[in-house]
Amino acid sequence: MLARIDWYSKHYVAVFGAILIYFLRELGKFTSFMGRFFYWVIRPPFRWNLFFEQFYFIGNKSLMIICLAGAFTGMVMAYQVYFGFKMINVDSLVGPVVTIALAKELGPVLTGLIVAGRAGAAMAAQIGTMKVTEQVDALEVMGVDSYQYLAVPRILAATISVPMLNMIFLLVGNGGSWFVGTKALMIDEALYLSKLSQFVYMEDLLQGMIKSIVFGFVVATIGTYFGFEVSKGAEGVGKGTNQAVVWGMMIVLILDYFLTSFLIRLL
Amino acid sequence: MVLEFRDDDVAISVKNLTKAFDNHIILSGLNFDIPKNKITTILGFSGAGKSTLLKHLLGLLRPTSGTVHVLGKNIFEFGPMELREFRRNFGMLFQYAALFDSFTAFENVAFPLREFTDFDEAQITKTVSELLKATGIKDEAFHRLPGQLSGGMRKRVGLARALALGPRIMLYDEPTTGLDPITTKMVNDLIVSTAKYHRERGLTSLIISHDVKASLAISDFVAFLDRGRIVEFLPAKEFIRSTNPLVQEFINL
Repeated sequence: MLARIDWYSKHYVAVFGAILIYFLRELGKFTSFMGRFFYWVIRPPFRWNLFFEQFYFIGNKSLMIICLAGAFTGMVMAYQVYFGFKMINVDSLVGPVVTIALAKELGPVLTGLIVAGRAGAAMAAQIGTMKVTEQVDALEVMGVDSYQYLAVPRILAATISVPMLNMIFLLVGNGGSWFVGTKALMIDEALYLSKLSQFVYMEDLLQGMIKSIVFGFVVATIGTYFGFEVSKGAEGVGKGTNQAVVWGMMIVLILDYFLTSFLIRLL
Repeated sequence: MVLEFRDDDVAISVKNLTKAFDNHIILSGLNFDIPKNKITTILGFSGAGKSTLLKHLLGLLRPTSGTVHVLGKNIFEFGPMELREFRRNFGMLFQYAALFDSFTAFENVAFPLREFTDFDEAQITKTVSELLKATGIKDEAFHRLPGQLSGGMRKRVGLARALALGPRIMLYDEPTTGLDPITTKMVNDLIVSTAKYHRERGLTSLIISHDVKASLAISDFVAFLDRGRIVEFLPAKEFIRSTNPLVQEFINL
């Protein structure tokens, strides 16, 4: 261990160079992947069947978990906000605060994370398995572009279905918040709703929707990219799936900061 | 010794083909021709460069230097779209068949027809049924998923799929690897019968293998690839009498 540290300290230029080369090589591969996506997304054949298959898989099959996450997030947020606000006597603002938090941050981020964990992992595993069992080669030998066949429908489907899931998350989350606020915490129902209409603006919803479109695109792109990068059998599939989830979640959280700082100025 | 053929008799011509990955030479100045309408097998030890060579013939890899002419055309001069079109001249049976997991046997064979022909469903059903039956698949297995088929049946379905668009060149990548002796014989018989059946319209077969016995039994020509070079290329009957010590070592293993 000490010898290794000594080596690194003596060869820090070489280590830095190796990291830089690795980073540039990976960036190059990812850029090439994105290039193929944008090349094929506007060219026929448009594979609507595959698109709807993926749309169903990402959208419909995630519905239950999105509803559960949305409902309980809204409910717990209502509780937390209520007991904080009660101290300064503004508990009637629970509705708008929870709604804005859900619309701008929690909805898109949690939906993005859930889709990264569920669909992003599945994409990497499916494509990775096809890669190691030569099914991707079979497509290429037949003259079918594997990126167009496997990546384009998945990325498009996620880009469209994630904002829809986000809307459902928001709707169910608000339902949960309304239920806890008015039935458990006894906030006046009319007051709760009037404060909502007073403080929640379309821009708040729009900000969350823009974020969720970006997150959908990013999560699916990362999932499919790591699927195509798989090599070395079952171990490679496991590694690719793991990387898709880890990177998908990390990028969602990092991008959220930058999108927030950008959208706050824009909207 | 490497055989030479008249230009008219050549389906694939490889000239000075070299491929190196990170200064590691995999193929080293390969020169050989694959004759038309014949079965040719390329034998070699694991790591000899057989799979890399196959990927070059399909244009899936680009060489460090050299050319590959397929049916008279240099495939490395094609653009991506032209190459994609041109690959339809090939059919390929993969080592483990590479059937699409989520498709049934029928759907696997129908896939290239749906992608590249204007056939209606009735024509597709007829063509797929004929292909599957010709490769020995019974009606009741048509709608089974690959996971529900035996190794031999998967190979048959893979062969039917490879033949669906009427290729002019059939490539077989280790077709008998991992199969029991009976299934191995069945697959070899299928390769021979396919070559005979399609010979009239011109079908060239190229097998990549390390199964010496089967190769000598079913091939017209046999080549031996060692460390990126073709060290022997002879008619199958003469191959066994090769004086090359590497070939003799491989045959007698």
